[in-house]
Amino acid sequence: MISVSQLTKAYGQVHAVDHVSFEVGKGQIVGFLGPNGAGKSTTLRMLTCYIPPTSGGATINGFDIFHQSDQVRQSLGYLPENTPLYGEMRVEEYLHFRGQLRGMNRAERMSRIEYVVERCWLGDFRRRVIGRLSKGMRQRVGLADALLHNPAVLILDEPTVGLDPTQVIEQRNLLKELSGKHTILLSTHILREVEATCDRAIFIRQGRIVAQGTLDELRSGRRAQSRVLVECRGPAELVKNTLSRVAGVARVEILNGDAHKTDEGYVTAAIRPQESRDVREEVARTVIQSGWPLREVRLEAASLEEFFVELMASQAMSRVGGAA
Amino acid sequence: MNRSIAIARREFAGYFRSPIAYIVIAAFLLASGFAFQKDFEPGQAASMRSVLEWMVWFLVVLIPVLSMGLLAQEWATGTIETLMTAPVSDTQVVIGKFLANLGMLVVMLIPTLIYVLLLIVFASGRPDLGPIFSGYIGILMVGSLFISVGLFCSSTTRDQIVAVVLSILILALATVVPYLAAQYANLRPSLRTVVDQAVYRRYGDFAKGVVSAGNVTFFVLTTAIFLFLTVKVLESRRWK
Repeated sequence: MISVSQLTKAYGQVHAVDHVSFEVGKGQIVGFLGPNGAGKSTTLRMLTCYIPPTSGGATINGFDIFHQSDQVRQSLGYLPENTPLYGEMRVEEYLHFRGQLRGMNRAERMSRIEYVVERCWLGDFRRRVIGRLSKGMRQRVGLADALLHNPAVLILDEPTVGLDPTQVIEQRNLLKELSGKHTILLSTHILREVEATCDRAIFIRQGRIVAQGTLDELRSGRRAQSRVLVECRGPAELVKNTLSRVAGVARVEILNGDAHKTDEGYVTAAIRPQESRDVREEVARTVIQSGWPLREVRLEAASLEEFFVELMASQAMSRVGGAA
Repeated sequence: MNRSIAIARREFAGYFRSPIAYIVIAAFLLASGFAFQKDFEPGQAASMRSVLEWMVWFLVVLIPVLSMGLLAQEWATGTIETLMTAPVSDTQVVIGKFLANLGMLVVMLIPTLIYVLLLIVFASGRPDLGPIFSGYIGILMVGSLFISVGLFCSSTTRDQIVAVVLSILILALATVVPYLAAQYANLRPSLRTVVDQAVYRRYGDFAKGVVSAGNVTFFVLTTAIFLFLTVKVLESRRWK
């Protein structure tokens, strides 16, 4: 449904989006995840034909974003960041206008407006002036507009920003229901958002994709990087060799090789288990049996959350570095 | 074309949701009412030359007020993004906005038809309707040019105040300045030829009852040029 290859947007020397490639299959709902300024909105703007890419390309519903921009725009519904709407118009009037822009005749508009108004819980607000609606209601109007022409693809830029918790949950449920009929690509900077609604996640940082896959894939990928830290008092080489022989241990590394002189003779061993096995019990028993005083056994889990926090932090760091 | 009309209708309805349309219409009718007094005095020929010529000066200020928000506001509120990601072309958007403003001009002019009626009823001689008719055509032509200039200025900025000042400035340069120069300055013949090309002079022909191909071409062409430039400004977001 959405196929992106080597998509790049450069502003002078700065690459806002840097050779981004990914696929979104029919009926999937995919989260585009990254810190602010990572290039999420720029990517979505290229996919919706608002700005052209510097290089690379993409197809939406089989249409090329550069050469078949009309068909692309006809087959997608787009909710831009901050939901820009004409504040002086009334909800239903706005939807009629948007339908006309997409070439829908009056009968089509009537029946589709009926549908989206119900779908987005706008029933009591049809005659209300958009400018006087709350942020959450405006989001619904934007979403109703995006759904109006029953597009194959929905592209939503930060669809839950500014909603209260109840509205966020409603929105999530709605997106899940819609994902069967529509292919959805949404951007967010909240991991939980993706966990709650998406089949797959694409992590982006500084314009580059740093990880993508289903959440389970990403999680198990991270778990493989977990390690057990053991602190005990014993000769470094011997500790290393003994622990290496423990069942389920893949690799042992002594973190402070010459520390036995300084740190009261305690050494810290980092153990990589095989296949996400929990080796803590075995390791502790082995250390005790060897007669080494044991100070700590700790699992250093690498979770998706940590990964994401690192991602956000490294973007913030590099921005500070770039400014200096 | 349907899409342009949808945009035009939205924009046109939008005028009447803010006080701007009413203020502009009121100001225009008030000013042209005063101007008509001169045409309506006893002993005057039954014509509307004076009021029709004055209207152009009023439009120099009033049209930019109507056109200032057409695109600047889309930039400012970000609605340009929803608009341009719908399946409409830049040209359709520009034409739609232009038509909305032209519609407003027509709405402003309709009440002034009462002057024609007054002349027919009260003037001693039968008024010559030809020049009146051509005068109105001229107003629409001049108005179109002014609107396209205003629309162009509106496309270049997200600030409506900048748009309105810029377009009044450009329109004044095209009308008031050459007029004053022709009236009061001692011009070299070469410069005089340039000044004679100015908008007010071409418009004056219409008010006299002369619809010349040259004048019509001038207004259609200049209007088209500014509309074309506006489309290019809209496209320019893709060049960055």
